[in-house]
Amino acid sequence: MMSFPLPLADLLGHWGSYGIYALVGIAFGMTLESAGFGNSKLLAAQFYFKDMRVFKVMFTAIIVAMTLVFLSSAIGLLDYNLIWVPPTYLWPGIVGGLIMGVGFIIGGFCPGTSLVGMATGKLDAIVFVFGVLFGIYLFGETIGDYAVFFESSYMGRFTLPQLFNVSYGAVVISIVVVALALFLVSEKVEAAVNKTPQPKLPGWTKPAAGALVALAAVALVIGQPSNEDRWQAISVESQAKLDQRQVQIAPAELLTYMNDSKIKVIPLDVRDETYYNQFHLRGAVHLPLDKVQEKASELQLELANTVFVLMSNDEEAATEAWKILRAESVPNLYILEGGINAWLETYAGHSISEENRVSNPQPDQLAYRFNAATGSRHEAAEPDPHFLDLKYEPKIILELKRAPTSGGCG
Amino acid sequence: MSQHSGAKPYLNPYLSGTLLGIVLFLAFFITGSGLGASGGLNRLLVYVQNAINPEHIDQVAYLLKMAGGNSNPLDSWIVFLTIGTVFGGFISGMLGKRIKIETNKGPQISSGTRWIMAFIGGAFMGYGARLARGCTSGQALSGGAVLSVGSWAFMFAVFAGAYALAYFFRKFWN
Repeated sequence: MMSFPLPLADLLGHWGSYGIYALVGIAFGMTLESAGFGNSKLLAAQFYFKDMRVFKVMFTAIIVAMTLVFLSSAIGLLDYNLIWVPPTYLWPGIVGGLIMGVGFIIGGFCPGTSLVGMATGKLDAIVFVFGVLFGIYLFGETIGDYAVFFESSYMGRFTLPQLFNVSYGAVVISIVVVALALFLVSEKVEAAVNKTPQPKLPGWTKPAAGALVALAAVALVIGQPSNEDRWQAISVESQAKLDQRQVQIAPAELLTYMNDSKIKVIPLDVRDETYYNQFHLRGAVHLPLDKVQEKASELQLELANTVFVLMSNDEEAATEAWKILRAESVPNLYILEGGINAWLETYAGHSISEENRVSNPQPDQLAYRFNAATGSRHEAAEPDPHFLDLKYEPKIILELKRAPTSGGCG
Repeated sequence: MSQHSGAKPYLNPYLSGTLLGIVLFLAFFITGSGLGASGGLNRLLVYVQNAINPEHIDQVAYLLKMAGGNSNPLDSWIVFLTIGTVFGGFISGMLGKRIKIETNKGPQISSGTRWIMAFIGGAFMGYGARLARGCTSGQALSGGAVLSVGSWAFMFAVFAGAYALAYFFRKFWN
C-alpha cells in the first residue's frame, strides 16, 4: 500500500537519485520540443488566438497528470501527502505571474521552452536564456529591499478542494470537463481568427476524452483515503512499532536531541490548554488532539532534520496523535515515554514536595499540582545540561524524506 | 510556420499534451516532485556568481541558502532535471530533423530587434519566476496538476499579463 513516491535517495544514493531526475528531464525536453515549444513564433501565436497550442498542450497535460495522480491516490498506490504541492504565497505569485506574462509576450518563451529552443539552435532562445539569467541576477540583488512582500500572504500547502470545501474528486472532474469544453471553444476561435474551416480533430481524441472523464469519475466515486483508511493501510506495521516500544523515547533522549544543534526538535504538546499553561517544555507547540490532523501538512514542510516528539501527561493522548500523524505520513515521529509526568519526575522530581503530588492519577492526568501557570518558566521546562549524563536506550533513527523539500524552481 | 524542407511537423497538440501529462504524472509518481526549469538556471547562475565573488553570496540571505559556506548550488535534483531537458530537446530536434540555426520572429522586425526583445523578455521572465517561486513548468503545470491554489492564481496571472500586452506588441509577432 502507498509505496509511491519512491524513496529515491535510499534506493539509489544521493547522486544516483539525480540520474532519475535527468531521465525525467530528457522526457520533459522531448515532449516540449515535439510540441513545437522550441519555436517562439508558435508560442506567441497563442496570444493572438491564431494557434492556441500553448493552452491546448498545457491543459491537456494538467488534466491527464491530475487525473492520474488523484486516481492512483484514491486506490492507495500513491501517497498524495508526500507529493510536493507548491505552497501558496498568493500575492508574490500573482505579481510574479503578471511580470512573467509581460516577459512571455515580449520575449516569446518561458524558461522551460527556451531551453529546448536553445537545444535546437534557435538564436532568439539562446539570447532569451541569457535574459532569464540576468533577470534572476537582478532578483537576487533587489529582493532584500522588499523581502516582507516576498514572504507575505503565505497560506502553506493550500489546495483548491480546501478553498472550495469540496472533495478532491469533484474538483478533478470539474476541471477535466471545463478544460475539454474550452478545447472545443479554442478550435472554433482559431478557425474564426484564421478564417479557415475548422479542422477535423483526430479520431482518437473523442475516445481519449471519454476515457479521461471516466477515470476522473472513478477517482470521484472511490474518494481520497481518509485518515482512518490511511491508518488501516499501515496499522499492522505501525501498531507493532508502538507495541514493541520502538517510538517511545526516554526523557533523556529527548533532552539530548534538544541540545543537538544539528537536529531540530519540535515538541508537540497535545494536552488541553490548562495543563499546557501550568507547565510545558521550552519550545513546545500546543496542539490539541482535534487539531492534530489539519496540522499534518504544515509539519510535512519542516526541514528534513526535524524530529517531532508528541507528549501528553502520560502516553495515552500522545499515542492517539501519533497514529493520526503517522497515517498522514509525517516522518520522524516519536512519543515522549511516560509523558510529561515522567519528564517532571526525571528533571524536577527532587524538588517536588509530597503534598504537590497526586496519588493514583487518572489516565492522562497530570501527576503534580501546580499552584500557578508556570508555562515554560519552570526549571524542568529546559533542564540543566548536567542532566545530559543520564543514560538511555537510543531509539531515534532519522528517516529520509521521500520527496524533495522544494519544487521545480527551488 | 517557417519550416525548412525535411523537418517533420510538430505533434498534434492534444497528443503532445497527453504525453507531457504522462511524463508529469510519472515524475510525481516516482519522485514525488513535478517538473521545473527556472530553478536549474537559477542554481547555475548562483554557481557562477559564487565562483566570481563568494563574499557577495555570503551577504545576500537569498543566495546564502543555495551557496553559503561549503554548499554547492549544483548539488540539487533540479539542476539534473534542467540538463536533461536540454538534452531531451536536442534528441527530439534531431529525430524530427528540426535542428536549425535560425531566429524565429515576425516578418516586420529584424533579427537584431528580435534578440533585444528576447533579452528583455527573458529578464522579465527570470525576475518574475523568482518572485513567484516558480515558472510556467514548476508552478503552473506541476502545481496546477496537484491543485495548489497559489499555482492556479499564478497561471491566470501569466495569461492575463501576456494577453493584456499582446495588442501593443502585435507588430513584433505578426
